[in-house]
Amino acid sequence: MEFPEGLKYSKEHEWVLVEDKIAIIGITEFAQHELGDVVYVELPEIGEKVVKDDPFGAVESVKAVSDVFAPVGGTVVEVNDTLPESPETINDDPYGDGWMIKVEMTDKDDLKDLMSAEEYAEYIEQQKEGDEEEEDDDEDNGEDEDEDEDK
Amino acid sequence: MNAPATPQVRKKTPLNSVHRRLGAKMVEFAGWDMPVQYRGVIEEHLAVRGRAGLFDVSHMGEVEVRGAGAVDFCQTLTPNDLSRLKPGQAQYNLLLNDNGGTVDDIVIYPLKADHVFICVNASNTDKDFDWIEKHGAGKVKVEDTSARYVQLALQGPLAENILQRLTSPRLAELKTFYFFFAAVGGIESLVARTGYTGEDGFEIFCEAPDGEKLWDVLMQAGSEDGLQPAGLGARDTLRLERALPLYGHELDDSTTPLEAGLDWVVKFSKGSFLGRDPLLKQKEEGVRRKLVGLEMTDPGIARSHYPVFKGSARSGEVTSGTKSPTLGKAIAMAYVRAEDAAAGDSVEVEIRERRAAARIVPLPFYRRQVK
Repeated sequence: MEFPEGLKYSKEHEWVLVEDKIAIIGITEFAQHELGDVVYVELPEIGEKVVKDDPFGAVESVKAVSDVFAPVGGTVVEVNDTLPESPETINDDPYGDGWMIKVEMTDKDDLKDLMSAEEYAEYIEQQKEGDEEEEDDDEDNGEDEDEDEDK
Repeated sequence: MNAPATPQVRKKTPLNSVHRRLGAKMVEFAGWDMPVQYRGVIEEHLAVRGRAGLFDVSHMGEVEVRGAGAVDFCQTLTPNDLSRLKPGQAQYNLLLNDNGGTVDDIVIYPLKADHVFICVNASNTDKDFDWIEKHGAGKVKVEDTSARYVQLALQGPLAENILQRLTSPRLAELKTFYFFFAAVGGIESLVARTGYTGEDGFEIFCEAPDGEKLWDVLMQAGSEDGLQPAGLGARDTLRLERALPLYGHELDDSTTPLEAGLDWVVKFSKGSFLGRDPLLKQKEEGVRRKLVGLEMTDPGIARSHYPVFKGSARSGEVTSGTKSPTLGKAIAMAYVRAEDAAAGDSVEVEIRERRAAARIVPLPFYRRQVK
């Protein structure tokens, strides 16, 4: 599992790349792996305000929907508008072409709460027991079929 | 992203170590530790549609009813007509409560007049066993034999080719919903041409200690045909495309088969059965809500419990939804008011505080081409 140096990481598995006052935000390789095949991405509009620790969008796999939380607060200045068309980019390149939004930060102190690559790697290790868990709401069962007769 | 949930103690099928060896992502499902995917839900889904997939469905329960009149007892307990079955034929059926609500959907295998084998949902095994035992008291012997069996589902257009390499009865002659007992790769099994994916395929039951070997011989026999292990994730997207109901979503104790579009299972003409009177009344009066198919026309995926609106009125709620890997569209099943259920009509689904347009479409979303 990859955790590039130079990025900051949140406990909710978002990453942040800071370029001056702009924070580029995406979800981590761990996050996309937990989700599985990403089939839909919901992003905010340019100009919207995002609030630190509040959801700014959602990432959906075939099985489940997950909110994506803003690791920093500010104003959205750019969104990755290729994602709605090719959401699988988040699986293929979570730290590159799979970036989600760029935010002009209101308070750079927000970054203080985030983890370094090393801290995040350690955090993931601690979570490993829960690693195989997924927000799998579904009661399943499964069997049967109707088919033939009577239909 | 939301943090993963806390792990808990789970039941394991006899193939648990096989799944872990294959690197499956394991999740809790109905109290079981089950593989949700091995290499990816979409890949496994497409493998089943195009070639074949192998599922461990040993979490599903088995209840056996024995004693003189076992079949007759099941005939009074269920709405489908067991008297229509030919020898070696199984049947999709239901357990209904006194209100006509659904205790479970089941597959019933009358093995002999005095022995009925019933496959039930994992989440309902205890409830079903109690229900059958309560009604069979003094008439038949009811046993929960779930722990005794491994159940594998070999599904997909190449399933017959693969299984034929391991067993001698001519599978081409085995019609849908028929079964036989035979050795599969030397392992005594019950082989049924049934499944939950919308594809041709087989469900194979064997004694639990033979389960791992059965998995291995099937995987080996299927290697040249591209057989892939498939998890619960693909199982769910496959059954949803084929609009097969999932207990806890499309069916529950408050849902009747007439609302769920399972009218064809209910044979009023067969005479008395548990739950008949309230269902007959509902049939005469007409259902107030119906299960429909939705195709999203706006971006977004409708998920279980999302509200459905017709104009400003709340019409109902989504029961299951996903992006269909086969069709490439967001699809869902939903209960809506009967007056809103006409195919072609437009409705809206509330997705995270936003209304998204959807169209009511006929079910199923996907139907395989019959050879």
